[in-house]
Amino acid sequence: MTIRVADNWRLRGQRYRLEGERCGHCGEMIFPPRDICPECKKPAKTPHPLSGRGEVYTYSTVHTAPEGFQAYAPYTVALVKLEEGPMVTAQLTDVAPSEVEIGMPVEMVTRRIRTEGDEGTVTYGYKFRPVRFGQIPMRK
Amino acid sequence: MRDVAIIGTGQIPVGEHWDIGIRHMMLEAGLAAMRDANIESVGAVYVGNMLSGEIAGQAHLGALAVDFMGLDNTEAFKVEAACASGSAALRVGYMAVGSGLLDLVLVLGVEKMTDTSGRETTAALAAAADAEYEVSQGISFVALNALLMQRYMYEYGWQREDFANFAVTAHANGANNPNAMFQRPISAQTYLRAPMVASPVGLMDASPVCDGAAAVVLAPAEYARTLNLAPVRIKASAVGMAPLAVHDRADPLALSAARTSSAKAYDQAGIEPGDLDFFELHDAFTIMAALSLETAGFAERGKGVQLALDGEIGLQGSVPIATMGGLKARGHPVGATGLYQVVEAVTQLRGLAGANQIPDAHLAMTQNIGGSGATIITHILEAMG
Repeated sequence: MTIRVADNWRLRGQRYRLEGERCGHCGEMIFPPRDICPECKKPAKTPHPLSGRGEVYTYSTVHTAPEGFQAYAPYTVALVKLEEGPMVTAQLTDVAPSEVEIGMPVEMVTRRIRTEGDEGTVTYGYKFRPVRFGQIPMRK
Repeated sequence: MRDVAIIGTGQIPVGEHWDIGIRHMMLEAGLAAMRDANIESVGAVYVGNMLSGEIAGQAHLGALAVDFMGLDNTEAFKVEAACASGSAALRVGYMAVGSGLLDLVLVLGVEKMTDTSGRETTAALAAAADAEYEVSQGISFVALNALLMQRYMYEYGWQREDFANFAVTAHANGANNPNAMFQRPISAQTYLRAPMVASPVGLMDASPVCDGAAAVVLAPAEYARTLNLAPVRIKASAVGMAPLAVHDRADPLALSAARTSSAKAYDQAGIEPGDLDFFELHDAFTIMAALSLETAGFAERGKGVQLALDGEIGLQGSVPIATMGGLKARGHPVGATGLYQVVEAVTQLRGLAGANQIPDAHLAMTQNIGGSGATIITHILEAMG
């Protein structure tokens, strides 16, 4: 499955800036944006960039990687529970697989996801790294 | 709605079929089912399949099936719900006959996965997940199930070795099924020594890539008595849905679509979980087997693994699963799996399961999971005395 150029371009707000939505009716934070609030089912179109802070809900170290990711294996993927509520699927970075723990605080960084799909593009997006003392945070 | 019965079944062995393509697989399974039902024509053919377009460049399987089978001008189209495609096609057939619209329907499930390299097949399978927000992150389908298994182990304190019996039981049963891909028992040691694919999922936690085709013929229950000596009634057909991406579910381990689907099925059939003689669940991954047992009411949340540890899932146990090998040992040719589950359940209910026969098998449940649990389709089947 190729990550298509058009798809990456359409989703750049989410990929680079974690742009989500806030439901004006019930206050639910939504990521990624989906225009209908999954909670109250009313229209929800107010853009809201998320902070990028969250914690690891679960993780897995991928040994047999899917198409296009073999060069990076082994790498660790996780479900990250963001502080505003939504959960995202993303790779963890700047951390050894053995160091990962459920509950560890992480923050979003923008990193290269993969290179040279069938269309030869370099794809960037969000990954999450552990919050460490003394590190300059990426986002306020 | 009138009662619907299964009056014929057919299958080809699950395996790597280098010598036959999709159209021949559909032909063999479909004709076998029609012969078993003793009929020569049907009102419609519904085909469950997920990957033919991506892997073989062949979509439009309904048209291909009836053309190749010589069923002129017979309505036919493909039904797709990822790995639940087979059950979805069955449901469409059930609705067509139950509503009175059609009298005889052939439901076919077919999947060819071994013509392409493992990598290409895996990439095609990933389409069952969320392309934009899961697959794009380097998540394989195995990794999604691994994320669930890891959290489950964290929340309930289980270790990898506690899951071994799901694989061991499946293989023990598959050994007596001539249509199974793997007909060799395995030990718990084999399970534990298996290499990691995506931690904590190892090779023995996951069902194999394979080819297969299976089919059933549906008819109104009143006809079934006159047409066939061993019909099986469909007592329930129910669908549960959940958000496509695991991360969009409020409580991923709740496998809410399974709970909804099972509950609706029990309600339709007017039965309790304990009334079932066996449960053909969707053991694509050992974690899915554990969660399916919980959501179907056989164990409390987090305790599904205990049933495996206590031996309750074997043929002599209180809730036999994978009685002919399940997805793990019989195989998981994705779009066909739902039909294999039903064909095997009917074999049991007809008393034709040989060494794996559940004594006095009368009532069964089959459950087919699409993707990581976004579409879950359950059927309850009853032997017509």
